[in-house]
Parts: sequence; structure tokens; C-alpha cells
Amino acid sequence: MPDFVKTLDFKGLPCPMPVVRISQEIGKIAVGDVVEVLVTDPGALADFPAWAKTTGQAVVETKQEPGLIKIYVKRQK
Amino acid sequence: MDVEKEIAALKERFDTLPGAENKLSMIVFSGDLDKQLAAMIIATGAAAMGMKAVLFYTFWGTAALRDPGKKVGGKDILSKMFGLMLPKGRNKIKLSQMHMAGMGTAMIRSLMKKKNVASLDQLYDIAGQLGVQINVCEMSMDLMGFKREEMIPYPNLNYCGVATFLADARESAVQLFL
Repeated sequence: MPDFVKTLDFKGLPCPMPVVRISQEIGKIAVGDVVEVLVTDPGALADFPAWAKTTGQAVVETKQEPGLIKIYVKRQK
Repeated sequence: MDVEKEIAALKERFDTLPGAENKLSMIVFSGDLDKQLAAMIIATGAAAMGMKAVLFYTFWGTAALRDPGKKVGGKDILSKMFGLMLPKGRNKIKLSQMHMAGMGTAMIRSLMKKKNVASLDQLYDIAGQLGVQINVCEMSMDLMGFKREEMIPYPNLNYCGVATFLADARESAVQLFL
């Protein structure tokens, strides 16, 4: 698990909210920092990498636990 | 051969290619609840992806932009009739299928609440915050007898025609019709 500066709790939020929220939050951390994002929407597994690819950010790791998905997003720019 | 000149010419050509901008242009033609939801989800998603998003509301779609709290006078009889028959705002629109005299639509709205799916009210609010542009077809408004004074307050609302849509669509990487 990468070091992260904070955790964003998007549990229970369905599409499109997790992606909308991460786009609003990513600017609040420093370039190079990582946030831990907690989601329950399985669509986020595909959507976060797609969002990262389009916006130039990076998904550095994804972990699936029963009923919970943890996505580590690094601010690249 | 002047390479620099050629590169400049190519660059200019590239910059003005259709679809060169990181932008979504969408026609919101339908006034159905399901399609309006899809339109708003795609628009807010696009804005989250760093794209500009421009929605062109036309025909039945425009009724969703009416503000139920506003009353305007001075309409002729046909406009009044249209005004009464068409839904007054986004919370009065129906599903395109399974409306079932209101039962289906009410069921979907309560299911959305239960499953925490963003309502149209929330989506319009987020769209406004993310800078999603709403352009309204002036001709449709006129045809249905809607006046600007009865439309919702929305931060990025414009009235225009087909040329504005086409100019936006031409330079957009993504174009959709709903």
C-alpha cells in the first residue's frame, strides 16, 4: 500500500459521483501526493483508471476487500 | 523548402480540425426523465474528466428547464394550453417507458433515493458548480410558448440557435444526441 496523505470516503455513492468528487478533491492535495479513495460502486474499478488517463492523473494501486474498494490516486499535475 | 513554415501551416491545420477540442456537445431533445438523467450524468462526468460540456436543450427537453415556482403572464391561448400540458420542470417529467400512470415514475424516483443515486436536482446543482453550459433553443421556447422569465436560475444558461450548437459540435471531440 502506498503512503497517502488523506482518505476520501465515497462509500455508497453510485455513478457519476465518485468521479465527480475525485475531480473536485484532487486539486486540494500537492502534486506527487497520493489519496486513498474508499468506494463501494464496482464501476469505479473501470472508471477511475479512465478518469486518470483522460485527466493526466494516476491510479497507483487498487485493493478489493469484501464490500469495499480502495483506490490510491496520485496527483501528477 | 522552409520547414518551419510547413510546420506552422500544419499546426494551424491541426488546431482547426473538427473535433480537436476536449469538449462534449450534447443535444438534449427528450423531455423524458430517464433520458434527462442520462444527459446530466454524462455531462457532469465529462466535466469531471476535465472536458468542457455544452448541452443544447431543444424541443421536449426545454420543458425540464421550467421553474415550477415562476408564473408568467401575457401568453396567448395556445401558449397557455401548451404550458398546461407540458411538464413544469424537471421534477414533473416522466419515464419514457413503464410510466404506468405515474406508478413507474414514482417507483424509480423512490428507488433512486434508496440507492443513493443523485436526483436531477442534485445533478443540476453539481453541473452548475462544474461549469456545465446549458444552451436553450430559442425557437423551441417560442414554439412551446415558454418565456425566459419562467426558466430555472442556472449559472451558465444561454439562449441561442442551431448555429451555436453546430459551432460547438464541430470542435467537440464527443457529440451526442439524447
